[in-house]
Amino acid sequence: MQVNRLDKGGRIDRSKPLKFRFNGKSYEGYAGDTLASALLANNVSLINRSFKLHRPRGIIGSGAEEPNAILQIGKGAHTLPNRRATQVALQEGLVARSTKGWPGVRFDIGAINDVFSRLFSAGFYYKTFMFPQSLWNLYEDLIRGSAGFAKAPKKPDPDRYEHINAHCDILVAGAGPAGLMAALAAARSGARVILADEGTEAGGALLRSDEIIDGRPATNWVETIATEIRGYEDVTVLKNSTVFGYFAQNFLTITERTEGPIRQREWRVRARQVVLAQGAIERPLIFCNNDRPGVMLASAVSEYIRRYAVLPGKRAVVFTNNDAAYQAALDLHSAGATIAAIVDSRRTGAGDLGEQAKAAGIPVMPGHIVTNVSGRKRVTGVKIATWDGATEGMVDESIDIACDLVTMSGGYSPAVHLHSQSGAKNAWDDSLSCFVPGEAVQACESAGAGNGRWSLRDCLEDGARAGKVALAKAGFDMPDIAVPAASSQAVKPLEPLWRVPAAQDPDRCPKQFLDFQNDTSVADVRLAVREGYRNIEHVKRYTALGFGTDQGKLGNINGMAVLAEALGMSIPEVGTTTFRPPYTPVSFGVCAGESVGELYDPVRKTAVHEWHESSGAEFENVGQWHRPWYFPLPGEDLDAAVARECLATRKSLGILDASTLGKIDVQGPDAVTFLERIYTHNVGKMQNGRCAYGIMLGEDGMVMDDGVMARLGDNRFYLTTTTGGAAAVLGWLESWLQTEWPELEVYLTSITDQYSTIAVAGPNSRRLLHKLSCSVDLGNENFPFMSVHDAELAGIPVQLFRVSFSGELAFEVNVDSNHALPLWQTLMDAGEEFDITPYGTETMHVLRAEKGFVIVGQDTDGSVTPIDLNMNWMLSKEKDYLGKRSLSRPDCLRTDRKQLVGLLSEDNTTVIPEGAQLIEDLSAPEPVPMLGHVSSSYMSACLGHPIALGLVAGGWNRKDEVVYAWAAGCEPIRARIVSPVFYDPRNERQND
Amino acid sequence: MFLIECPWCGERAETEFSYGGEGGITRPAEPDKLSDAEWANYLFMRTNPRGAHQELWNHAQGCRRWFGVERDTVTYHISRSYVLGDGVKD
Ligand SMILES: [Zn+2]
Repeated sequence: MQVNRLDKGGRIDRSKPLKFRFNGKSYEGYAGDTLASALLANNVSLINRSFKLHRPRGIIGSGAEEPNAILQIGKGAHTLPNRRATQVALQEGLVARSTKGWPGVRFDIGAINDVFSRLFSAGFYYKTFMFPQSLWNLYEDLIRGSAGFAKAPKKPDPDRYEHINAHCDILVAGAGPAGLMAALAAARSGARVILADEGTEAGGALLRSDEIIDGRPATNWVETIATEIRGYEDVTVLKNSTVFGYFAQNFLTITERTEGPIRQREWRVRARQVVLAQGAIERPLIFCNNDRPGVMLASAVSEYIRRYAVLPGKRAVVFTNNDAAYQAALDLHSAGATIAAIVDSRRTGAGDLGEQAKAAGIPVMPGHIVTNVSGRKRVTGVKIATWDGATEGMVDESIDIACDLVTMSGGYSPAVHLHSQSGAKNAWDDSLSCFVPGEAVQACESAGAGNGRWSLRDCLEDGARAGKVALAKAGFDMPDIAVPAASSQAVKPLEPLWRVPAAQDPDRCPKQFLDFQNDTSVADVRLAVREGYRNIEHVKRYTALGFGTDQGKLGNINGMAVLAEALGMSIPEVGTTTFRPPYTPVSFGVCAGESVGELYDPVRKTAVHEWHESSGAEFENVGQWHRPWYFPLPGEDLDAAVARECLATRKSLGILDASTLGKIDVQGPDAVTFLERIYTHNVGKMQNGRCAYGIMLGEDGMVMDDGVMARLGDNRFYLTTTTGGAAAVLGWLESWLQTEWPELEVYLTSITDQYSTIAVAGPNSRRLLHKLSCSVDLGNENFPFMSVHDAELAGIPVQLFRVSFSGELAFEVNVDSNHALPLWQTLMDAGEEFDITPYGTETMHVLRAEKGFVIVGQDTDGSVTPIDLNMNWMLSKEKDYLGKRSLSRPDCLRTDRKQLVGLLSEDNTTVIPEGAQLIEDLSAPEPVPMLGHVSSSYMSACLGHPIALGLVAGGWNRKDEVVYAWAAGCEPIRARIVSPVFYDPRNERQND
Repeated sequence: MFLIECPWCGERAETEFSYGGEGGITRPAEPDKLSDAEWANYLFMRTNPRGAHQELWNHAQGCRRWFGVERDTVTYHISRSYVLGDGVKD
C-alpha cells in the first residue's frame, strides 16, 4: 500500500504501476518514481545502516547528495553496487537491497558499535590497528569484512557499454533554469550545443517549485523551452547524464544512463566553451541525532511532495536558518500534513514566505533551535531551545514537540565541483555564507544557483548572461533572447548556523553528524584538532570527513566550519578542499566501454596462423601477437612436445614461424653514419650481403634491444628487432633522426607485416632448400654463416639469411606475406623425408638457452650492460655510439655487477623455477643478501639435464661455486655456476 | 586528456601522441671528453619545473613527427607547440 502517496499531483504516471522488491518484500510504485520516492510512498523509512556505527538510516535527500540510501540494485551479474536510491529510476521488477546490516537492516548485530561509539572516534582505525604491524593483515581482513558497502558482481558484466567522442561549441552542464537559458541562447545562435542533465527530465529545481514564469507554471515554461532546444539540428540534449569530470583543455566526461541495448554510455566531450549550471546542494543542520530516519532536507521534502506526490510525514517540524525551508513547510501544509512548528534560528524570521506561512496558520518559532531528536528507527519528536545566537556554551532544551518528520535547511552550497575540477579555485562569499566559483581558468562560465544566484529571476538572468558570454568568446552572433518574467520574493538573509548548540558540551552530547556516510561527527573533528591536526586535508583523512562515495556533498562545509571554529579561524582561512572526478560514482563497465573481451586489445596473427591452428598448436601471447607455443601430438604435454621438437631440430630439421620479428628497412646516403651511432659494432666495415648480430643501448649504456641486421647495399640495411620491441625501436630511431641528427638523410620503413619469416634449422636445412630448387648456391663458400642472398625457392622470390638462433645450421626465409602460407606448406611437404618438425616459442627458447643466447627483456631487465652479458667483443672502440660513454661510468665498471652465468642444479634433475633468487648462505641472517636471480630455466632434452641462465653478482669469478636458488613455495635448490654456453661451445654446427 | 597541437596536423587528442620527456637537451658532441659528472648531468638531471616546461612530444599515431610543446605543469595549460631546430617545417 502506497500509504504516503497523495491523491493527486506529481509528475508520475499513475496509469503505469510498477512492482519492485526491497530487502525481500514486494512494493508498488509508479512510472516516474525514483526508488527513493517509491520507498517513501510505501512508508519505508529505515533504508540502511551506517558505515561505521551501524546506526539506522533513512532517506535524507532527493538527488546526488544522498549519503544514506546507497543500495545494491539488481541481482547476479547485472547487479549494481552502491547506487543512490534517489537517482535510480523505478522499473518493473527492480530488486534492491540494503548494503549494510547483518543479519538484516532492522536487527543489526553491528549496531553494538553505536553503543560503544565513544571507542570509534576519529582515527579509530589508525589508533587501534597499527600495532603490532605483523597483525595488520588480519586487521585489514576484519575491517574490510565489516566495512565496505555493497557487493561487486562475481560474474562478468553481460551488459554493453560504449564510449562516444564528441565536440561542441558550448557544453551546458545542468538543465535547470540557468542551464536552459544558456542552452537556449546558444541553440538560437546556431552553435553546436550539448546540454546534459543528470535528471530524468529537464527543469532541475523547477520540478519541485510552484513558481510562475511568464505568467504560467514553471514546468510549462520548461517544457516549451526544452522542446525548442531539442528542435535545433546541432543540439544534443542528454538526460540521465551526469557531467562527472572536467579535465584540461575543456575536456569533459559525461555518463549517460541509457534506455536501450547499451546500458551506459560515456561521452568524452571537447568543448570550446562550457557553461556550468549544476545548481546548488542544500546543507543539513548539525544537531544531536540529526541522522535519524525522518530527518530530511527541506528541498527533498518539497521534491517528494510536488514531483512525486509522496508525503514523507504526517506531522512535521521544520528547522531552518534561512527562508528556503518555509517553502517546504507550505508544501507540507498544502499536502495535508500538520506543521507542528517552523523553528527558525533567526530572531528576525523569514520574508515573504514567512508571511505566507503565518497566513496559512503555521506556527513559527523565531529565535529557536532544534537541539535533539528522539526516536531510533524513526523520528518521534524533537527537543527545542530558545537561542540568542551564541555559538559557545550550552542551551536549555525545555520544549518537546512530537513529530514524525524533521525538515531541515542549513542553506545552500553551490555545486562548485566541476569548477574546482577544471583547476580553478572557489571563493568564500561572506554575504551568502558559501563557496562560489572563483575566477575561471578554463573557457567556462558558471551560472545560476551554482554561481550563488538564489532567486529564480536571478537564475534565469544569469543563465542568459553566461550563455551570451560563452557565445561571444566562441565567436557567435548574439542571439535574440529575452529573459522571461519571474517573481522575486523579499527574502531575509540566511544567518550561519554551522553547528547547533546542544544541552551538553559539544564533545559529550549525542552525536551531531557532519558526514552521514562516514559517521563523522562534530566531536570527531574537534578531537582531531585537540590531537594536533590543523590542515583541512589532514583532518579529512583522519576523520574520513568527505571521504564517502558522496564526497561529502551534504555536510562538508559544515565540517570545515566546525574545524574553523575549533581552530579559531575563519572558513576561508581553513580553505576549501579540492574536488576530484568523478562528481558521482561511475561504474567500471562504462569506464571500460567497448574495451572488453576480444575488443580489449588488437590481436596480431602471422600469415601462417591458419596452418598453426589446424595443426593443433598451443598459442601464447607475445605482445599483441598470438604465437605458436608448441605443437603437441596427441597425448603430449608441453614438456613432451618440447623435448620432441628440440631433439628433432638438433637431429634433423625443425621449422619455426618467426614472422613476428620486428623488421625495419633503412635506406639513404647517411644510413651507415646513422647506424654506426645506433649499434655498438662497426657497421661501416660490413660488406654488402653480410649480416651481423647487433645490439642497441640506451644512453645509460643498458641493453635496449638486439637482433640480426644485414647490409643489403651501400646505402641500404635491413634490421630485425625483438618481437616486443619492434615499435619502440622504430620510434627510437626516428626520434634520433628527427631531434638530434636532422642533417642525416635516412629513411626508415617498418616492414614487419609485409614480410613473413620462416626459419628452418637443423643439419638437414640446407638439403631442404636445395630440394626446392633454391636459385643460389647454398654451399659454405658462396653462402657462409651470417650472409644474405636474394633467391627463388620453389619459384617464389625470397630473401634468404644464413643466421641461427638455435646454434644449428639454419636459414631464415623472408617472403612476401602473401606467399608465406603456400611457402610454409611447400617446405613442410618437401621436408617430410627429413621428418621436418614445426616448433614453437618454447622450443626456440630452449635451443637458444642451450647456446647461451640471451633474450632481451627476459635475461636482461634494463639494468644490464653488454659487458655484463660478456659481449665486449661487440663494442667498437673506434667510434661513438649511443650509450658508449655510460659504459665507462664507475658504476658500469664495478666488478661485482650482476653478470650472465649458466646454472646447473646439482642433482641434475631439478628444473630451477625462473625468477628464483640466488643466495650464498642459507644460514645468513635476514635480510639475506641477494646474489642475483634465475632468468631462464628449462629441461634440455638434448643434454639430458636441466639448464638455467641467471644474473649473479661477480658471477664470472664464482665459476664452479655452489649457490642456492630459492623461489616462493620451493625448497632451496643447490646450483653450480657454470659457463652460459651449454651446447656446442665452438659453434661448429652453425658453421657446418 | 590534453588537446595538443601538432605543428603539421593541427589539434588532436592526447591519445594520438607519446611523450618524450624534457625538451631542449642537446646530446654532447663529444661524450668522451665529458667528466662522469658532466655526462651524468646530461643523462639524468632534468629541471622538473613548477610552471612552464619545455617538452618533446611525438605524433605517434599520426605523422610521427617530434615537436616541442610548452606546457605548464601546474595548470596543464599548453601555451605553444613548435617545430624543433630551425623552426622551419620541411
Ligand atoms: Zn602530426
